[in-house]
Amino acid sequence: MLMEHKEYYLTIADTLLVLGQRLSEWCGHGPAIEEDIALSNVALDYIGQATSLYKEIALKENLGKSEDDYAFLRDAWEYRNALIVEITNGDYAKTIARQFVFSTWYYHFLEALEKSNDTFLQGFAQKSIKEVRYHFQHSRDWILRMGGGTEESHRRLQNALNEMWEFTGELMTNSAHEMEAIAKGIGVDNVALKETFDRIVTAVFQEANVSAPADVWMQKGGKEGKHSEHLGFILAEMQFLQRAYPNSKW
Amino acid sequence: MVEVEADLIWEYLKMVEDPEIPILNVIEMGIVRDLKWDEGNKKWHVVITPTYSGCPAMKAIEEDIIEVLAELQVKNVVVDTVLSPPWTTDWMTDEAREKLRSTGIAPPEKGSADKGLLMGKVKDIACPRCSSTNTIMVSQFGTTACKALYKCGDCLEPFDYFKCI
Ligand SMILES: [Zn+2]
Repeated sequence: MLMEHKEYYLTIADTLLVLGQRLSEWCGHGPAIEEDIALSNVALDYIGQATSLYKEIALKENLGKSEDDYAFLRDAWEYRNALIVEITNGDYAKTIARQFVFSTWYYHFLEALEKSNDTFLQGFAQKSIKEVRYHFQHSRDWILRMGGGTEESHRRLQNALNEMWEFTGELMTNSAHEMEAIAKGIGVDNVALKETFDRIVTAVFQEANVSAPADVWMQKGGKEGKHSEHLGFILAEMQFLQRAYPNSKW
Repeated sequence: MVEVEADLIWEYLKMVEDPEIPILNVIEMGIVRDLKWDEGNKKWHVVITPTYSGCPAMKAIEEDIIEVLAELQVKNVVVDTVLSPPWTTDWMTDEAREKLRSTGIAPPEKGSADKGLLMGKVKDIACPRCSSTNTIMVSQFGTTACKALYKCGDCLEPFDYFKCI
């Protein structure tokens, strides 16, 4: 069955799955055991949220697929995630910088999604926002700590912001399928979130004595399936087992 | 008959432990939301809701419910998962909170997480051992997604705090 707004569901689900997979790379490598655990927990939340969206797609498409089919059997060009989640982790400052920017956008995205006409997305947003509050707080604390920490932590944080800023813009744009969902009262207008995003991010950066680079050309295309080379590598690792041993189960 | 069996099943469900906090059962946790009889398909539907989206215990809980009920001769059981309304620590019973405290886990404050959290406001949490509120948060994420790690400034013991959600 043709599912309406499938691409819209996939944009959210893929963004969460890829970021969850990226953060999982820190498991066993965190700078401190508490951070190892924290990022693994955040990753689990994202993967759980993505799973519930894929399950809902499977239910609505009714083609006998499971959530695993969407995660493991689609190629990079079929993924609809924003580019920011596929770029490599870098050092801890870069990972945290991405977490902070992402959680700030995602929190307000979910706040708006709670008012969606789609009852599943409504429930999804009400559930997820509670978790994302903790993610936001965790990353914000680290921005302040690194910004106001040693000369090295401050330098690394500023470098991280310089490196990844070009990927922040795409979160606050609307792709064609997002426009369709907005027109039906189902989707969130990401452009309208920019003002709140800028206000919060600027205030926290000011307190941390760092700044976002000005006049950056913003990269986009991920939500349309145009990805960087990095996504292929994540998918290769994540999908290897299902591709090599089709239908294998735990 | 269906009503009598439903009452029994609610009792039986108290035998299903939370795999991560086995002193609490799934009823005390507020994970089981509903129990419905489907006359057409002759099946019981146990409706559960996850504490956290990524809670790795959900699959185990689903299997445990089916297993425990099967042992008690209730075999036609389906477990459905719903997200809405979202689980909140406010659904935990007072007995459950007391059980947590007695095993060294500080129970969640009543009144689910508020927006103050966004700006870094942290509530005063009492040490489950000595009741001192001179405690500090070591990490927002503890041994499981639902707990934070704290340390007591008076008895100096570290402890888990069951976060409000
Ligand atoms: Zn104490």
